Amino acid sequence: MINAVGRNIPDEILEKTGKEVFQGNNYLEGVEFHKRGPIVKPVLDHNMSKMVGSIREALEKCGAHDGMTLGFHHHFREGDLVVNMVMKEVHDMGFKDVTICASSLGKAHDALLPYIEDGTITGIESSGVRGKIGEAISTGKLKGLAIMRSHGGRVRAIQTGDTTIDISFIGAPTCDDYGNCKGIGGKSDCGVLSYSFVDGNHANKVVAVTDCLVPFPNYPADVSMTKVDYVCVVDNIGIPEKIATGAAKPTTDVRKLLMADYCTQVVINTPYFKEGFSYQTGVGGASIASAASLAKIMEERGIKMGFAVGGMSKGMVDMLDRGQVGKLLDTQDFDLFAVNSVKRPNHHRISAGAYANPFNKGSFVNKLDYVVLATLEVDVHFNCNVVVGSDGRITGAQGGHPDAAQGAKCTIVICPLLQGRIPAVCTEVTTVTTPGESIDVVVTDYGVAVNPARPDLLEALKEADCVPLKTIEELRDIAYSIVGEPEKVQVGDRIVGIIEARDGTIMDVVHEIKEFSFEEDLKQEEIMETIGDYCEQA
Amino acid sequence: MNPNKKRLRRTMMFLNCQKPGLIKDPYIYKPDSILLDLEDAVAEKEKDAARYSLYHALQEIDYRGVERVVRINGLDTAYWKEDIRCAVAGGADAIRIPKTEQAADVQMVESAIRMAEKEFDRPKGSVLIMTALESALGVINAMEICRSSERLFGIALSGGDYTKDLQTSISGTGVELMGARQQMIIAARAAGVQCFDTVFTNLDDMEGFRKEVETIHRMGFDGKSIINPRQISIVHDIYTPSQKDIIFAEKVVKEIDTKKAQGIGVFTVDGKMIDIAFYDGAKRTISLAKASGVYKGDL
Amino acid sequence: MIIQKNAVAGTLESSDAMIMVEPAEAGEGIDFELDSVVIHQFGNQIRRVTFQTLERLGVKDVHIRVIDKGALDCTLKARIECAVYRSAEISDGLPWGGAIQ
Repeated sequence: MINAVGRNIPDEILEKTGKEVFQGNNYLEGVEFHKRGPIVKPVLDHNMSKMVGSIREALEKCGAHDGMTLGFHHHFREGDLVVNMVMKEVHDMGFKDVTICASSLGKAHDALLPYIEDGTITGIESSGVRGKIGEAISTGKLKGLAIMRSHGGRVRAIQTGDTTIDISFIGAPTCDDYGNCKGIGGKSDCGVLSYSFVDGNHANKVVAVTDCLVPFPNYPADVSMTKVDYVCVVDNIGIPEKIATGAAKPTTDVRKLLMADYCTQVVINTPYFKEGFSYQTGVGGASIASAASLAKIMEERGIKMGFAVGGMSKGMVDMLDRGQVGKLLDTQDFDLFAVNSVKRPNHHRISAGAYANPFNKGSFVNKLDYVVLATLEVDVHFNCNVVVGSDGRITGAQGGHPDAAQGAKCTIVICPLLQGRIPAVCTEVTTVTTPGESIDVVVTDYGVAVNPARPDLLEALKEADCVPLKTIEELRDIAYSIVGEPEKVQVGDRIVGIIEARDGTIMDVVHEIKEFSFEEDLKQEEIMETIGDYCEQA
Repeated sequence: MNPNKKRLRRTMMFLNCQKPGLIKDPYIYKPDSILLDLEDAVAEKEKDAARYSLYHALQEIDYRGVERVVRINGLDTAYWKEDIRCAVAGGADAIRIPKTEQAADVQMVESAIRMAEKEFDRPKGSVLIMTALESALGVINAMEICRSSERLFGIALSGGDYTKDLQTSISGTGVELMGARQQMIIAARAAGVQCFDTVFTNLDDMEGFRKEVETIHRMGFDGKSIINPRQISIVHDIYTPSQKDIIFAEKVVKEIDTKKAQGIGVFTVDGKMIDIAFYDGAKRTISLAKASGVYKGDL
Repeated sequence: MIIQKNAVAGTLESSDAMIMVEPAEAGEGIDFELDSVVIHQFGNQIRRVTFQTLERLGVKDVHIRVIDKGALDCTLKARIECAVYRSAEISDGLPWGGAIQ
């Protein structure tokens, strides 16, 4: 069945998953649903201890079983040790058909590859995957379907019961013996625990894993003792230098600076740029540079930002220092400046749900004026792809991309027109992860395109005469005139993953990759087959 | 005269011909000219490789109106003649001769260009020449070099080699370059050709770069050789005429056009005595204003 | 043109390609091997450009290996020509606009 972004979702996938095809951003507006609660085992006896001696003991006490679903967060980013630690134990205990439902997985989890190969792990639900896990899914090694969903989408899926987490392991930088978890403090300080709030509220069993046990009460807690079943102390839950890095050096790459300049011009010349505006940006070189130049212009014009939301890094913290932004609403910390800033007033820790869950009674992204996002590809329908490489391999994450893109009044996507020989602006993205209806402006080093659905923005930018305006088709044509028109990736028949829209419908599917064959060889094969058929008939 | 001889050249950006990633789209940064380098940037064993890249880049990449100047290898090498054949065949707009010391150097290159134009069917005189002065002798001979060829559109100072020849080095103060800059701009103006300043290599010192550009702009230079796109906007910014200058220039051009038709030689604009001698300068201001994107008039 | 000896041109930098040519017996034809970061999107195009360039140069028999890092067609041609002329030890009086185009 063809969905609202023109992708064919095969019936077998709809049957297998029980999901509908994507029918537009606001398809489920007005629909009511019943929030699912977890199974709770109360602690009545004041002599009862929550401390367990090992991950294995925690798994045993939580009733680990074949086919279970385990929850994890990715606040430790490339420095995460928790997922591998737990999965090794799961593997050693001989469990099979386990599904991992993580807020994201990265190269830190390459060690899981053998567990995918031997059937310990057969399901993966994540914002995205990189490295060897991505490769394993793309080459069909994962038995089940991988589900890629946004940060907001994960919260929705857990709250509606689309996904039930049997046991969630929450890596907690600090925790007390009764399970009060905080993102702040300890040696694996990550600032916030935004992605774990939903696990605390909805997982049937919750295990806090910490390498820094602190005296009771560790308060105010991000995940409260009222939601935690067991506490396990281990040597290390993360590698500090990979959790929060030093501040990214401001880019000197002129291409990025050029795009940053165009991006800033777009922001300051559109109508939402006024006192109290709201903003979200990423940590790519161009995004950081744009935020810096924006801060300068805000100062010159005496305009202050009301709030900034999402992942935080030095640029935003500096703006808070200078009083240029009212509040930081933080879901993830990318550097030590952000981690350390969390303790200050007006720097608030929020849950991934408050940030982006589409099934809330409203979330922060809905109140965004601007969001600046990167993308791997964007097509002439403004559909974006941030998960699947142009070669068909899964190699990225949705993160909050679809959430913020839909929420913001002006969604700006930045990408260099060409990545090597790959045109980032193309006729059809490899895989749709964020629908074109969410995207308002595309900024490239060759010019800026405005979604025709936003004539108001186009008019404002024309009037300001501040950036080289092009149509999206013109950008694509420039790209193709330089590199040639790319051929479609040759894929296998098997579907290995689905891209879930924020509301739980299916945005796109990901096929197994296939080795490339030259036209000549394909023709040759065809001829041989025809000859074969002919011989058979004869 | 080749109409391109007098074109605007505020920024001439060096690019290594041997680096495909560099030469594929420098036009997005909008320099006035690019200097496709076969000389110093290219390692000795890659001199041949750089030529094939140059040829196909010139033939197949649409540089969107940016002037394409090829810096050939020195006349004391085995490479320069084939460099010229390659550049002319590819369709280069101009050749930059390194280490020029006398008019005869230019004439030698000119005759090679003439032959190449014939061999590759390009209109006679279509390939221009510029020279780099990199020694005391070259600078002293600036005048004869400026007058050496009808194709020569300008001379450029190459500060690194020149200061070595003077037995000093680049200090950042500009004091060691003072004489050469003065001598060259005077010679260029006397001969009616353009004059370009040397590169500024410290990319971490953008403030120092800005000061240097302000100085050479004030001295009368037409532009500067640059090594990184980050330097472009600073140069263009400094070379952008003020609104006051633009309005005045516009009046001058319009007045001279009408008064000339009426046969009047001297008149006043905004209380200033004006005659035909102001015409070229005013025209130049308008074209600078146009290139800088700040002119919205109808001239 | 006959490939006299092994020759290499180009680099493994992004947007470049490295070309290796080796002599082949007369009548052996073009033995083409491609390793490219963009093989799915441009594999056929790279093959076409390689064969056309070799044909223009009059190379009939060669083992050619292309390791492509996202090079544009103009770069591929330049690198192939460079490798072929290196193998023939020719560096002056080249046929610009003729066999090279």
